[in-house]
Amino acid sequence: MTVSLSLDNVTAHYGSTKVLEDLSLHVGEGELVSLLGSSGCGKTTTLRLVAGFLEPTSGSIKLGERDLTRLPAHARNIGLVFQTYALFPHLTVRDNVAFGLKQRGVGAADRRKRADDMIERVGLGHLADRHPANLSGGQRQRVALARALVIEPPLLMFDEPLSNLDAKLRVDMRVEIRRLQQANGTTALYVTHDQEEAFSISDRVAIMNAGKIMQLDTPEVLYSRPANAFVADFVGFENMIPMRAISEAGDAVRAEMAGGATIDLPKEKFTVPAQDFILATRPEGLLVAAEGQGVPTKLGLRTYLGRAYQYQCDTPAGEIKANGPLSQPFESGSSAVLVPQPEQCCLLPTEAA
Amino acid sequence: MKQRIHPLLVAFAVLVFFFLLGPLVIILGSAVSDTSYLTFPPQGLTLRWFSNIFEISAFVRTMKTSFLLAVGGTALSMAIGIPAAYALARFRFQLPAFLGNIYVLPILIPEIVLGFSLMKTVAIGADVPIMLALLLGHALIVLPYCVRVVGASLNSFDFSIEEAAVSLGCPRWKAFFTVVLPNVRAGIIAGFILAFITSLNDVSVSIFLTGPGVSTLPIQLLAHMEQFFDPTIASVSVLLMGVTVAVMAIVERTLGLTFLTK
Repeated sequence: MTVSLSLDNVTAHYGSTKVLEDLSLHVGEGELVSLLGSSGCGKTTTLRLVAGFLEPTSGSIKLGERDLTRLPAHARNIGLVFQTYALFPHLTVRDNVAFGLKQRGVGAADRRKRADDMIERVGLGHLADRHPANLSGGQRQRVALARALVIEPPLLMFDEPLSNLDAKLRVDMRVEIRRLQQANGTTALYVTHDQEEAFSISDRVAIMNAGKIMQLDTPEVLYSRPANAFVADFVGFENMIPMRAISEAGDAVRAEMAGGATIDLPKEKFTVPAQDFILATRPEGLLVAAEGQGVPTKLGLRTYLGRAYQYQCDTPAGEIKANGPLSQPFESGSSAVLVPQPEQCCLLPTEAA
Repeated sequence: MKQRIHPLLVAFAVLVFFFLLGPLVIILGSAVSDTSYLTFPPQGLTLRWFSNIFEISAFVRTMKTSFLLAVGGTALSMAIGIPAAYALARFRFQLPAFLGNIYVLPILIPEIVLGFSLMKTVAIGADVPIMLALLLGHALIVLPYCVRVVGASLNSFDFSIEEAAVSLGCPRWKAFFTVVLPNVRAGIIAGFILAFITSLNDVSVSIFLTGPGVSTLPIQLLAHMEQFFDPTIASVSVLLMGVTVAVMAIVERTLGLTFLTK
């Protein structure tokens, strides 16, 4: 059974503090959507609202045709995996996994069989009689995963499930999570603050800030085409150059930046969103060249990155990082031009302060 | 490599142990003395003062009362204290800090004052039967132990465990019994023992609340001492200590003493 999850215009408060504002989110059948953001952005609040541990001030939450909004948490039938694993310390691995089946009135023999099958599937068959205290972090999270999966929930939710594991294990476990989620075709909501983690396993990612979704899209689009300055900054567009369109020059828009330097942006490659806008790029989106159509600069410190050289550039618009080819190293202190690479640059509207 | 320990430290530790264990030795010695008065070191060796306890009906009667009060008062106190400790721990960021301290008041208020005010309001004011007044009084004086010790366990309890149970289909009230309580068992047992012992040995509050025909063992001990200064007093004390040690031993056997400090 696969269903979709819909949050419609959900607003939530902690006391008098608004923590979610008019949030709408749709997770399609069998889709894995991540909520990504720094702490306090509302991602965990969203998950807790869906789980039923918090009640929204307004708005509705639906799982398929079922309205969850006022349903008590225990009646929601959602598989949850916690950051702290939250295993029952007084129960064995088998009893931990069988717990949800027991609540559903599954008979002892059937319960044991299904729990053991699931424990086998997460690769812990030999540990079924252990207590959680005698397991490693990775093993514990596998038990937590098995416990959430065995009830065959229409929706799986993960609350920073990997942040207590070491780096190597994190990568293995996220692949494991994705594999199990896809094998069952379960709709999933995944909360994390780790961009790589979110991008690597999600169908779509919602980048959140201050209780709102800033952009919801596939990792590929988020990575290369952020829709606003917040998302651009979040995904590593280190250079944000404020610009102003001043005139049309043939099939290009001429834009001026702080300090008076101008640059012509060809219309076929760039869409200027407003008169005032931001040119956002990663360092590799600005090519350091001896001459060309770009931002004039004096080159500062040069660092070697393996695939390119990176320069700290002191421009009239401020400090900018740009990459230059290995074949043509520039000396620190020399003058150069930073040429924007259209496919790696985004023109974004200036944020309303 | 052997670790060097300063001889003064050893001497000090020995001194502390003597100070702690000395009274026990004296009481034990006095209890077996074959004299009709309390004395130490014991002269002769007899167990008749122990059998004497059970020949004095007041001791037997008050012993029953004391046990009843200790069990009943602690149970009543736990019935109030566990939910209170749960709420204080679960909502520790939402609730004002002073709420937790209110439960310690029975320890902070001098017991004499507490006893007097209980007599004035509960026993005289509300005209509650003596046994019930005693039960309420004992429940009150042991409440801090119940709330604090159970609370310490609950504070280190990860409440996402409870949420995990709820997410798996277990209603909240049921999760409290099947998931929360088993995991704070250590605190409950430790709190119960502390409370039980406190109640069993209480004098100051009980003395105000006992009345005609109803008394507790420690009060009876005082009354007895006013009239007779014989080793029965010491033997009753040994018995009380014996009960305490027995309770500890049972815990040690079944759960391990480290259980109490966990």
